[in-house]
Formats: sequence, structure tokens, C-alpha cells
Amino acid sequence: MTPLAIPDLALVVLVGTTGAGKSTFARTHFKHTQILSSDFFRGMVADDENDQSASKDAFDLLHHVAGKRLAAGRLTVIDATSVQRGAREQLVKLARDHDVLPVAIVLDVPEDICFARNSTRPDRAHLPRNVITRQRKDMTRSLRHLQREGFRKVHHLRGVEEIGAASIVYEKRYNDLRHLSGPFDIVGDIHGCRAELETLLGQLGYAVARDPGTGKAVDAVHPEGRTAVFVGDLVDRGPDTPGVLRLVMGMVRAGHAICVPGNHESKLLRALNGRKVSVTHGLQESLDQLALESDEFKKDVADFCEGLVSHYLLDEGRLVVSHAGLPEKYHGRTSGRVRSFALYGDTTGETDEYGLPVRYPWAEEYRGKAMVVYGHTPMPRAEWVNNTICLDTGCVFGGELTALRYPERELVAVPAEQVWYEPVRPLKAEAPGGRDGRPLDLADVLVPDDPMGRRVVETAGAGRVMVRGENAAAALEVMSRFAIDPRWLVYLPPTMAPCATAQEEGLLEHPEQAFAQYRADGVATVVCEEKHMGSRAVALVCRDADAARDAFGAAEGTGALWTRTGRSFLPTPELTEQFLARLRAAVDAAGLWDELDTDWLLLDAELMPWSAKAVELLRRQYAAVGAAAGAALPAAAQALARAAERGIEVGDLSAHIVRRAANAQGFRDAYGHYCWPVEGLEGLRFAPFQILAGRGRAYTAQPHDWHLAVADRLVAADPTGLLAPTGRLVVDVGDPEQVAAGVAWWTAMTASGGEGMVVKPLAAEGAREPGSRVQPGVKVRGPEYLRIIYGPDYSEPVHLKRLRQRHLGHKQSLALREHALGMESLDRLSRGEPLWRVHEAVFAVLALESEPVDPRL
Amino acid sequence: MFLTISTTRRPAADLGFLLHKHPGKAQQFSATYGTAHVFYPEASDDRCEVALMLDVDPLALVRGTKKAGGSPDFALAQYVNDRPYAASSLLAVALGGVFRTAMQGRCDLQPELVDEAWPLEVVIPALPSRGGPAMVHALFTPLGWTVEAEPVPLDERFPEWGDSRYVRLRLTGTLRVADALRHLYVMLPVLDDAKHYWVSPDEVDKLLRAGEGWLAGHPERTVITRRYLARRPGLTRTALERLAEVDDSELEDIDNAVPQDEPDLPETGAEAGTEAGIVEAGIEAGAEAVAGAPAETAPEPEPTAEAGTPAEPRPVPLATHRRNAILTALREARAARVLDLGCGDGKLLGDLLKERQFSEVVGVDVSVRALGIAARRLHLERMGERQRSRVKLLQGALTYTDARLAGYDAAVLSEVIEHVDEPRLPALEYAVFGAARPETVVVTTPNVEYNVRYAPEEEGGHGLAAGAMRHGDHRFEWDRAQFRAWAEQVGGRFGYAVEFVPVGDDDPEVGPPTQMAVFTASAAPAVIDTPAVPKEVRA
Repeated sequence: MTPLAIPDLALVVLVGTTGAGKSTFARTHFKHTQILSSDFFRGMVADDENDQSASKDAFDLLHHVAGKRLAAGRLTVIDATSVQRGAREQLVKLARDHDVLPVAIVLDVPEDICFARNSTRPDRAHLPRNVITRQRKDMTRSLRHLQREGFRKVHHLRGVEEIGAASIVYEKRYNDLRHLSGPFDIVGDIHGCRAELETLLGQLGYAVARDPGTGKAVDAVHPEGRTAVFVGDLVDRGPDTPGVLRLVMGMVRAGHAICVPGNHESKLLRALNGRKVSVTHGLQESLDQLALESDEFKKDVADFCEGLVSHYLLDEGRLVVSHAGLPEKYHGRTSGRVRSFALYGDTTGETDEYGLPVRYPWAEEYRGKAMVVYGHTPMPRAEWVNNTICLDTGCVFGGELTALRYPERELVAVPAEQVWYEPVRPLKAEAPGGRDGRPLDLADVLVPDDPMGRRVVETAGAGRVMVRGENAAAALEVMSRFAIDPRWLVYLPPTMAPCATAQEEGLLEHPEQAFAQYRADGVATVVCEEKHMGSRAVALVCRDADAARDAFGAAEGTGALWTRTGRSFLPTPELTEQFLARLRAAVDAAGLWDELDTDWLLLDAELMPWSAKAVELLRRQYAAVGAAAGAALPAAAQALARAAERGIEVGDLSAHIVRRAANAQGFRDAYGHYCWPVEGLEGLRFAPFQILAGRGRAYTAQPHDWHLAVADRLVAADPTGLLAPTGRLVVDVGDPEQVAAGVAWWTAMTASGGEGMVVKPLAAEGAREPGSRVQPGVKVRGPEYLRIIYGPDYSEPVHLKRLRQRHLGHKQSLALREHALGMESLDRLSRGEPLWRVHEAVFAVLALESEPVDPRL
Repeated sequence: MFLTISTTRRPAADLGFLLHKHPGKAQQFSATYGTAHVFYPEASDDRCEVALMLDVDPLALVRGTKKAGGSPDFALAQYVNDRPYAASSLLAVALGGVFRTAMQGRCDLQPELVDEAWPLEVVIPALPSRGGPAMVHALFTPLGWTVEAEPVPLDERFPEWGDSRYVRLRLTGTLRVADALRHLYVMLPVLDDAKHYWVSPDEVDKLLRAGEGWLAGHPERTVITRRYLARRPGLTRTALERLAEVDDSELEDIDNAVPQDEPDLPETGAEAGTEAGIVEAGIEAGAEAVAGAPAETAPEPEPTAEAGTPAEPRPVPLATHRRNAILTALREARAARVLDLGCGDGKLLGDLLKERQFSEVVGVDVSVRALGIAARRLHLERMGERQRSRVKLLQGALTYTDARLAGYDAAVLSEVIEHVDEPRLPALEYAVFGAARPETVVVTTPNVEYNVRYAPEEEGGHGLAAGAMRHGDHRFEWDRAQFRAWAEQVGGRFGYAVEFVPVGDDDPEVGPPTQMAVFTASAAPAVIDTPAVPKEVRA
């Protein structure tokens, strides 16, 4: 067997005349889905595999499919003659366009054999011999040039026997270290700062080994077997480039470290190799220092630099390290431009006012799953941007030398011992995106250009949640025109389904159904929470402006208060700040900042009265209906009475109208309970019922009685009357007495004008099983409140009978999906994930809210 | 749902003959959405009063169009609805059905009664009136009625909410009964002007029949025709409407990129024919009324005309000035591929397409409805292939970066930035100047200083109260210094040179009504988002 080495991601081009056995070879060694055959595509576009006039269309299609496969990182085999240079050129370009290596396998078979094979195939029997002759001539002429054409490997198989004996052996790409899972300590740009490096390694827990003779550091070992990773730019500018190299080279050689090259290593290598380079940017320092070293050391340095691989994939592909960062499509790819990006980054092609190239903000656009850790651009401090982080904190310029512990995501830094090299201008004051709000891209929330396009959001709670194009489009209008800054808008509350429809006389909803539903679901204990009739509100309150800036990148303000669609609840920023000040004072007084170890809190709540936000709706809709009824029904009743007085038989119409008048009055009373005047903050009541998140964590592991207890403490700590308590009752749904108490509680509450209650499993929401169909909560609304929803006369038996035919399925499914999205956004927020990841889930909640569901549910 | 008609003509009970309904019994008739009851609270020789009551089945209102199998997806307003109480189009339909013969002016038993004008009194306790009592007066007074229209308060417990849109109406006059019925039949839906009034294809015929003899000469015929025939959104909610509901607001509050009453321009011959039919029938107002600009939506305020020159020719609208200024700037920039960001109904796109210099024209708006209107305005459906390939309409939002917008020669932001909350402007600036980065950016926005030239309504203009903004959705309006400061700051950050151009009458004191900035990409940005770090520092 002759093993043919092929990179595990490559574009394999078979070269050979017709009849050389390419298809057979391909079938023998590759999966049929990996093989793209020109014959097949000719057949596809022209119904005839041998129709040469269809070749152009066939190859267009073949190249297109190959492009899709390569973009997705799949090995692809081209089964076409490829004997002509022009045909191969296109394939080499295709491989380069997707940053994979092109490989040629030449099947060099004598003409006689090819001819004989063709003549036994009915569809090719008529093929003139001179076609094969010509193809062979083309092929032979090509053989010498294949490497130069760009094929990274060329396997030339001569004759049938060699072809038969061949086997394929896959080689891992150099950059593929996915099998290494660390843990790692990734170190930023060192630039000859050996002392700081030794200090940093010490702080990271490494024991530095020294050469017994010279005392110089030659290795460092971590007792727990951690691996150091150097992001390049070890050399130039600083005081001891040889010392840094000695230590890093020693660690790499000993297997204690991994290193990728920086642009400075690249240039130093060229200088060491005697190439002409401009000696600038601190290269002189390196050359001067190395001049004092032995030739052998210099040779070692050159070999070391020569052998560095531009970037690495680590830990199953979850971590990517390169010097200047790397966009996702380049991860694990192999091409000149990938290497160039890894070493030098990308520029926009423009130059700035100093005539220097402008860096392209690739990290802003980064949406990849892998964490990308890099250096290259000195920053005052290391900051996360879309799951990427630059560790160059300008040690040589007097900044710090920074390391990132992986997977812990902890930063460890040591200060520079002095300014070793004067920067031309001060380090940039802000991390990328700091000023512009970490720009979100349209593709983060919908599928541009495709109104039917569905976007999928992965959630821990409900798996893949689909967002339809139509709903995303509607959400985009609301989100972009009315919602607050997405940096604040880290959560939108999910919708909630009502309990199953009651059969009790005169009622549409009743607590018994809620308890029965949870009993059937195997939930033992539920909490009934008073349902305030106001408007849902989410509050984000920060301890101070610094916390707001630090945690949310906010330039102004100390938090936000928003509605179910992400609008600011209060009309002016001043009023919002006044609100937040009162809330903050309560958090202060309750001592929650320290207790929960956070400097911000996210609260889910109801803000009352309803009329505060919905006054226009009340005027236009509810009060209007009440006014019309109040004007019309008594007049009609009176006319009927006069007719009856005359002896006209009006039947039960009179009684009917009188009853409807009473219903209308009930309707007016119902909404009236939820209206009272508000002036500024006076009159507003804010009833928190869930503590959603704080710095670094979502409080999803806490049961609802914990949430309510914290809310109680906030209420108790608020002297202004802004905060309102939420009544609750814990019910063991298996205990008939407790169930009866729950029913009685609801009955009393709704009889005195309350909206009703929400019933939730008491246990922490974070404890839900993934994919659980148990509703996170159901609402049980009171009969009088329901007049606002179903109309004044809904309680008439004839209507009620029909209204009981309601379908809860869609609403329940929606509630589950939105709840999972809400939890997902909190989880992503608490994990410190990039803004676009949080926003994606928040946006999806809004989009789902525009799904067609009976709005009365 | 309720009205009474009474007369004091003797013998008053003859009213029963004219109406074909016996005063001695209560009758009921089934109607589309419930049951119509007719009875006489009084029937003597001196006075006869007939009552029409429509007992609306609230569920039937929405059930009629329930989609098979699915959950009923109607606006919540459909369920909590004034229809069962108000004298709306439903009552008019019932009236037309129950008193059909009387309305036609037929009375076979006593034909001589038909043409008699009787002293009549009509009472409607809850009449919805868009336009309030004034509109009721305007509609009924020209027809010979004496009108008493008293607004019904919304809720006595909350006087601050003011009056409802209902009036308690009393009409008195001496008219033929048939005419009175036909007046009511037309005016109830016109006054109601309800959102979900159903317009069927034969509605035009019905209007012409009922309006025969009085509509053509009515001073408000334009309003009557337009409202009667207004095409309203269907019953089913749109996705956007559902979101409005989630926040207890109305579709109009969030879908206001293009005026809500912007007609969905008729394209088909059938509808054009409808308009022609009206014109032929002698209602001159027809076409304009159906397709013309609605009076209720706020047009761009016009500056007050100089005193004493009422006959002055109508000045060129500011919007036209603005488009001309933009076109000039784009021509001078030699732009070929142009983005109209926030294209709205697509007027500027239409102008751009008329000039060959603009080889590709892309309209972007976040409002799907606006894009639909723009597509119809541009007749995209039947545009030739070559022309069609020059134009694209995209839904997009300027607070998000958008790869599709990169690489254009120019972008126009005409009257757009003031619709973005100020704290969100940096996101827009980055998306446009940083990410899309066209060579030229043209920005127009109102000059708030000029607002004083729009006289308030009480002075006869249809302008602005002091301190008011020109459009309800404007989040800010800047004076010249503010705009200049913003533009220069943006230009500096992203590497654009800025020039300022006045648009419209450049008032020596307060400047032009619209201010325009033309940004031209110069050197690369001094500071683009990711820092431009000098090589010396960068490593």
C-alpha cells in the first residue's frame, strides 16, 4: 500500500484522462458525498453526462457546490479530467478563496488502457481516440507545474498497479490542537520584558527553572500541569529580548507552553536570515541584544521563529489563539491570508491622519462560538468584545503584562517595572466599541433579505426556538424605533397562559384548575401570587453611575425601567432617575448590595396604576365603551318601559336590557379599580416579585419564596410608598385544605376588585428540566376583571358557554418558549456573554409576542 | 344601538304606515350581528315615537370571520367593543334593512304621505362622532335639521379624561320621513368613521342611492364620501398590531412612519373604475376624496402667508425643496449607487430613478408598511426589467449595522435622525458612517428655529404651538448650532468633511426650515471604532 498524505481539510483534485479510473478511485477512497463529478453535474443540467455543450453550466454548478462545502469546512474531491491548466486554476482559486489547501492526485494511466476501458462503455464507445491522446498530452505537459500552480501536495500515481495500491492517510492541520484542553494561561505581548514575564509566571503559579550555570530562566512549570500560551510579540523594544526568548523557547521545547508568532517575530526572523528589513519599532534593541548571544542561540531563535504556526485551535475548538485575532471563517484554515491576518490583523485599506493604516474592527463583527484570545494592539486594559479579548496591555510602554486564565476567564496582570519604550501616542482610552455601544448587526436578530427566513435561538430550557421572519420584522420596527438602548435591555418578560377553563357556574377561570394542572404535572408545592393590575415593568438599578458604566457601558444614567416591549416606562430620563433613586435607596437600606455581592439588580415587577401607562387606551377603548353603554342602555330601557306601559308585549327584552346595563356598570367598576391619578412619581406603585439577576449571576436557582422575601425587604426599606408588596400563599396542591384555602384567598381577593392571581411552582425556575412542558406559571383571573378582557356581557350564560370553547395550546406553547428565551438571556448575561448574544434572546421574546394568539388569553 | 324617531304631525300614528311597522306591537328582525327590535314607546294621535334597538351579539361580531380551526386572532378591541352600545354603522345597516321600503319612499297604502314633510325629532343617545359635536352640526344642519349635540363624558369618576367621542344627539326638523331615514343611513357610519367598518363592493351604489338628491349639494360631501367609502384594515391583527397591544397601545402609535391614512394607492382598473363612477354620478369630490391627502393627518405645516395675500399661488412644498436639494447634492457628488435610508413612502426614490446618473437606488426603511407603499408608488410590479434592476427595497434598521449597505457611493438620511432617540444616535452614526461608510452622506433635519414661522392655528395657520415639534414622532428638533456641532463631531470621528446647505426659504433671522449637511469622506477616520493605532504603538 502506498499511503497518500492529505490534510484533513483539503480540496482534492483528481487529474487524469477519461478512462483513467478517476471515478472508481474516488469511490474507493472517499465518501460518495465528498465527490463532485463533472459527469454528474452535466447530467443534472442537461440530462446527458457526456453533453460537452453543457460543460460550462455543469462546472458553474460544481464550483458552487464545492464552494458551499469548503465554506462549511468539508473535504471535497473533484472528479473531472482537470488535465488543462485553466480548469485547475479555477479549482486552486476556489481552494484559496476558502482558505483550504488544494491537493492534486494524478492518475497516470497508459492511453491504450483508457481507450480500451472507454470502448466497453456504451455511452463512451463512440469517443474518438484522439480525444484521449490530446488529454494525455495536456496532462503530461502539466505535471511539472502542478506545485507552482498552487497545489500544496501532488501525488503522481503511475500506472494501474500504483493506483490500485494507493491508500489515503489524513494529516491533521498544524493549527489543530483541539485535543489539548489545558487549562491554559494565555500571556499577552511581552516585548522583551523578561522580568515582568517571570513575575507574571510566578503569580500564575509557575515555578521558574534556571540554568545552574548562568542563573538565567530556561523553563517554567506549573505544578498542576497548566500550559502557558504566548500570543506572540515576545521580542523588540524591551530590555531583554534574548531572556524572554530563552525562557519561552525552553517552555515550548519542554511542552510547558505553546506559542504563536507575532509580526515582530516575523520581522526578526527575516532580519536574522539576512534579509533587508527596515530596522524600526524596536527591532534595533533586539538585534543589539542578540549580538551579544552565541551564534548557536541565534540559530535556535531563527529555527524557533521559523517553526511557529500562525494560530491554534484548542480545547475542542472552543479556544482560538493568534497574535492579531482571527475571524471565525479563518479558524483552522490554512492559507497565506489566514497567516497574514493572524500576524498583522486586517486593515481597511485607509490611512488615518498620521498616514497610518486603519485597523478593521473585526472583533465587532465577530459572532463565533470559539473564544478568540489575541494581542497586537495595546489597550489600557483587557476587555471582552464579542467573546474575543486582546491581552496586549502595553507592558513595554509602562502598562501591564496581562494573562488570561482559561477556562476560568480570570485576568491576572503585573505592572511594568518602568516605561521601557516611549509610545508615540498614548494608549487608546477605550476598548473597541466602547463609544458606539458595541454595535449590533441586523443579522443578529433576523435573516436580512428573506422575509420568510427563520432564525433559530438555542436555549437551554426549550432547545431551538424558531423566530419567523414576519415576527422578526415586526419586532425590528418596535425594537429599533421605540426600545431603550440594548445595553440596558437585557430582559423582556415572557407571556403567561391562563389556567385551564373552569366549568364552575358563571366562571371562566378558577384556581381549582390551576392546582389540578400542577397536580397532574407532578408539582407538589405552588405559590399563589397576587396579580397586580398595572403594567408589567422591568427595572435595572445600578448602585451608582460607575457600576452602570462598568457593567453596561452606559454613558449616562444609573439604570432603566422598561415595558413589555422594551420602551422606557417613564416619559423622561429625569423621572426615571428619580424612580431609580428611590429604588436604589431601598436596596441600600435593605443591605442587598453586599449581601448579594452585586452592584446592580434586575427586577421583574408590576407598575401600578394601569392608568399610568394605559390612560390613552383607557380613554379610547375602555372608558369609551363604558360611556356609550352608560348613555345608550338606560335610554333604551326607559323606552322599553314606556312601551310596556302602553301594553305592548316586549317580552323579556326589558329584563335583558336591565341586566346588560348592570353588566356595563360592572365593567366600568372593574377598570375603575385600576385607575388613579399620578403626578410625577406620586401615586405610582412598583411591586417587584422576582429578582432576576445581579452581577455575574441570574437568581434562577432561588425558589419563589426567596424572591418574594427579598421583595418584601425592599418594600419594608422604602419609606416613600413607591414600592408595593405582593401578597402570596404557598399551597400544597395535594392537601385539600390548602387547596381550599387557596381558592378562598383568590375569591376574597377578586371580590374586592383584585385582578386575580398567578400560580407558579414554588421551586427555582433554574431547576426546570430542559424541555419541560410544565408551565412556569398560570394566571387565574377574577370574574369581574374578565369583563375588561371579554367584554361586559361575557358572564351571560349564553356567552359563557361559547367562550369556554377556548384553545390554550398555542398560548401555553408560546409561554414556554418565551420563558426559555427569558431565562436564556439572563444566563447569557450572567456568563458575561457578548451583547449580541443577550440581545438575540431578548429580541426573540419580542418577536414571539407578535405571533397570532387569542389576545384574551 | 338605539335611536328613536318621533313626530307630532297629526294623526301621528300614521308614522306606522310610512314605516310599515305596526305601532301596536313590538317586532324583531334578525340582523347580521344580532337582533333588531322595533317598538313604539308612544303612539297617539298627537305624538308617535318609534324606537329602533339593535341588540348586538358581541360574540357574533368576531365570530363571523373566525378562521377555520385556528384561534381567533383579532385585536382585543374587537372583544371589548362599543358596537353593542353605540349608534354605529351596524345600526345604520339595521335601519336600512328594517325600514327599507320607507327609505325608498314607498307607501302603497297611503302613497300621499310619502312626499309630506313632517315635523320630526330624532334622538340618538350614544352617537359616535369623529369630529365631535361640530362634525354633527356640519353634517346635519345643511340638510335642514336643527341640531342639538351634547358630548358624553368618558367617565364621571375621572373628569380629567374629558369627553368621549359620543354625543347625545337630538335632531329636529320638518322633512320627509324617507329623507330622514336616508340621512341617518349615510351619516351614522360617516360620523362613526370606525376602524373596522366593512366596505363591500356595492357600497358605492348604496351611497349613491341613499344620497340621491342631497349628497351632491352637501358642502361636506368630500368628507362624507371619503369616510363612507374609506377602506380600513381588515379584522385580523398584523404582527405589529399584536406588539402594540402587548404594550397597551394602538397600532397607530407605533406604525407611524407613514401617515396611517396614507391611501393604499389603488392600482387595479376595478378600483379606478369605482372612482370614475363616483365622478360620473356627479359627486365631483370623488376621486380626490378617495385618494387624496387626508385632512386629519398632520401635513408639513406651511408657513403663514403674508397678511393680505390670500390669493397668492401655493408655494412649492418644503418636501419638494428638500428633495431637490438632495438631488443636487447627489449630482454634485457624482454618486451613482445611492442609499435612501429611511425611505418612507419612496418619493425620493422615484425622483432618483428618473435620473440616469443613479444606476442603483436602494430604499431602506424599518417599516414594512412603508416599503409596501413605496413599492406601489414606484409600480415595482410592472416596472421594466432594466429599470427594475436599478431599484431595491430593504427592511433595515439604522441602529444595527447591515452588511448589505456597505460600498455605496452615497446615502441619504432625509428627515430621519430626528426620529431616533438621541442616546441611540451613536449606534446610527456607527452603522452609517462607520460600517456602511458611503463616500457621501446627505442628512436633512428640521431647523427648530424656523418653527416660529409656523403660526399657531388660532392665528389661522395650521402650524405649531410654541415649543411643539413638527411631527408627533420627532424625538428632538435641533437649531442650527446644535446640528452643526453634531455634524462636525460625527465628521471628525469618522473622517468626513461637512458642508452645510440651507433648504427652503433661508430666513435672515431664523434660518431655513430644513437644514442639510453633506458629508464627504476625506481621509480615513481619525478614530474609527477600533482604534487606529500608529504603527509605532501598535507593535
